[in-house]
Amino acid sequence: MKKFSVKTIVAIGIGAALFFVLGRFVAIPSPVPNVNICVQYGLLAFMSVVYGPIAGALIGFIGHALIDFSFGWGIWWSWVIASAVFGLLVGLAAKVLKMNEAEMGKKGLIKFNIGQLVSHVICWGAVAPVLDILMYNEPIEKLFAQGLASGISNAVTTAIVGSLLCVAYAATKTKAGSLTKE
Amino acid sequence: MINLFNYIDRPSRIHRLTGACKLICLITWSLAAMTSFYTPLLLAMTVLSFILFHAAKLRVKDISFMLGLMAAYIVLNNVLIFLFSPDHGTSIYGTETVLIKLFGPYAITAEQLFYHLNVILKTGCTIPIVLLFVCTTNPSEFAASLNRVGVSYKISYAVALALRYIPDIQREYRDISLAQQARGTEMSKKASLVKRLKAASAILIPLILSSMERIETISNAMELRGFGKGAKRTWYSGRKFSKLDLVSIAACTALMLLSFLITFLNGSRYFNPFI
Repeated sequence: MKKFSVKTIVAIGIGAALFFVLGRFVAIPSPVPNVNICVQYGLLAFMSVVYGPIAGALIGFIGHALIDFSFGWGIWWSWVIASAVFGLLVGLAAKVLKMNEAEMGKKGLIKFNIGQLVSHVICWGAVAPVLDILMYNEPIEKLFAQGLASGISNAVTTAIVGSLLCVAYAATKTKAGSLTKE
Repeated sequence: MINLFNYIDRPSRIHRLTGACKLICLITWSLAAMTSFYTPLLLAMTVLSFILFHAAKLRVKDISFMLGLMAAYIVLNNVLIFLFSPDHGTSIYGTETVLIKLFGPYAITAEQLFYHLNVILKTGCTIPIVLLFVCTTNPSEFAASLNRVGVSYKISYAVALALRYIPDIQREYRDISLAQQARGTEMSKKASLVKRLKAASAILIPLILSSMERIETISNAMELRGFGKGAKRTWYSGRKFSKLDLVSIAACTALMLLSFLITFLNGSRYFNPFI
C-alpha cells in the first residue's frame, strides 16, 4: 500500500469518474436490444496500460460499483470483480509484453490488442460466469451466454476505442531520441 | 443531472445513522441474501426491507425511475433463465411436477416456478436496501465511511475524488459532445454502428487527453499540500458511532449469521417444499 504515489491515487479517482460517466451516459445503442456497447472498457484498458495493473483494477472496481449504485439495482459483485480483473490483467499484460505507451507503433498496437483480447476472454468467459454461479447459482448456460455476448462486444469496442486512444496519447508524448543535433 | 446518486435529505432515523454503519449493514445484508436460497428467510427479509424503506420516509415518487429499471431487470433476468434452462428447478429440487406442457423441451413445472420465486425474492430483498443506502447516505460522507470500515485512506480518497469529479467530467463530456455535433458528428440511431463508434471516439479522445492533464494538475496540488505523508487522516464529514448505529450493526450481523446457520443446519442452500 505504501507504494501508491499521489499520481496513481489521482489517476484512480479520475479514471473511475471517467469510467462512470462513459458507462452511465454514453450508451451507444447496439442492434441487439437491451445490450449497450460499453465504451468504458476501451478507456479502462488504456488507463491500465498507462498507470499499471493496480490502478487499472481499482478503476474498474470503483467505476463499475458506482455505476451499479447509481442505477440502484444492487451491486452485481461478480461483474464488478470481473471489471477489476480486466483492468489488472491488461496492466499485467502491458508489463509482460513491455508495452510503451509513449511509442505506439504497429507493434505496440498488436501487443495491446492481444493483451486486451486475452484479458476479455478470461474475464467474461471465466471469471464473471464462475463468480455468478458461486454467488447466485443461476443456470450455467444463461450465464455463459451472457458472458460471451458482453465479452465479444467489449472486446470489439476495446479494440477500436482503446487503440485509437493509445495512438492519440502516444502522439502527444515526446519520443525518446526525438532531438537531433544540427 | 446534478442529483446523480439520488441522495434525498429528509429527517428520519435512518438518515441519522452514520455512513459507516449503513455501509456495514448493506454489506452484511447482501451477504445474507446472496448465500441463502431459504425461501422463508428471503420472504422475511423482503418484508423487512420494505418496512425499513417506509421508515426512511421515502416516497414511491422519489424512486419511480429506479423501480422501473428494477422491474425491467427482474423480468428480463427471469425470461432469460427460463429460455436457457427451463428445467433448472427440477435439477435443484429433484422432483418434477408438470403444470402446463409447452412445445419442445419447454414445460412449466412447479419446481421451476418456485425457483423463479426465489430468484425474484433474492433481488427483491437486496434492491430496496441498496436504494435505501443510496438515497439516505450523503455522497461526501461515503469516503469517510469507507475509511472507517477499514479501507486504506488513500483508496478512500480515490473514491472521494471520483465522486467529486464525476459532475465536472460530465459537464466536459457534454461540452465536447455539443462541439462535435456542431461540426457534424452523428451519434443517434440514424448513423451506422461503425460510424457511431467513430463518433464516440471523436468525443473520447479530447475528453481523455484533457483528463490526463487534469490528473497532472491535481496530483501536483495534492503533493504540494503533503498528501500521503501521514499514516492517518481525518475527514470533515466523519462522525462517531451512536448507540443506534451499534444496535443496527449488531442486528444486521446477526441476520447474516442466521442465514449462514440456516444454510449449515439445512445441509443445502435451498428450502425444498417438494420432498
